[in-house]
Amino acid sequence: MLAAINLLLLLFLVVCAIVVARTKDLLSATIIFGAYSMVMSIIWQQLHSPDVAITEAAIGAGATSLLFLAAISRTGRHEE
Amino acid sequence: MHDMILEMLGRILIPATQLFGAYILFHGHLSPGGGFSGGTIIGASFIFYSLVYRFSDKKHRLKHETSLWFEVGGALIYVGSGLVGILFGRHFLTNQGVFPIGEPGRLWSSGMILLVTLGIGAKVAGTVFKLFQELLEGGAEPDGHH
Repeated sequence: MLAAINLLLLLFLVVCAIVVARTKDLLSATIIFGAYSMVMSIIWQQLHSPDVAITEAAIGAGATSLLFLAAISRTGRHEE
Repeated sequence: MHDMILEMLGRILIPATQLFGAYILFHGHLSPGGGFSGGTIIGASFIFYSLVYRFSDKKHRLKHETSLWFEVGGALIYVGSGLVGILFGRHFLTNQGVFPIGEPGRLWSSGMILLVTLGIGAKVAGTVFKLFQELLEGGAEPDGHH
């Protein structure tokens, strides 16, 4: 059961990574990247490293998304 | 611009986030987490604060100097608690024999690690907030308008 959940999470991770690279709308890409980081933090927790999980959730899903949003608000939303 | 939903959400979420960050910071030597994770969470709560209140009021704006002082103060706490070891004739960042070691498992234990963690937390929180501030407000436009 746990292995199936882990496999599902890893599959979601791969799909998220591919979609982030292919999305033209940068705001959507930022939100998908936040979802990627959230799933990555759950996987860190599954790998018994709660320290890295907390940091990943705070940096990856929180701070990085906000920095990307700030960068988008100063430039443009769509990729050329 | 004044957004009531954002402000009510912030009124609940900002103190909760800061309390959680402080918990992770203060229990850095006992449980998972520590200076870096706790500092990032506190810095993110400050970013949230500035996003919520940025449009409503000028007096709610956090100054650039404040985050700079947090950064410098955190680094100084780290270096200062390291230099205490040298003052006692030991190596840099010596803990055992210089600082009082409490009971294992208690909050007031493990000598200076709590102090060092607080320094790292202040430094990281200041840095995270300063990155956001500089990215959103600094640079190109001289009048600060965006």
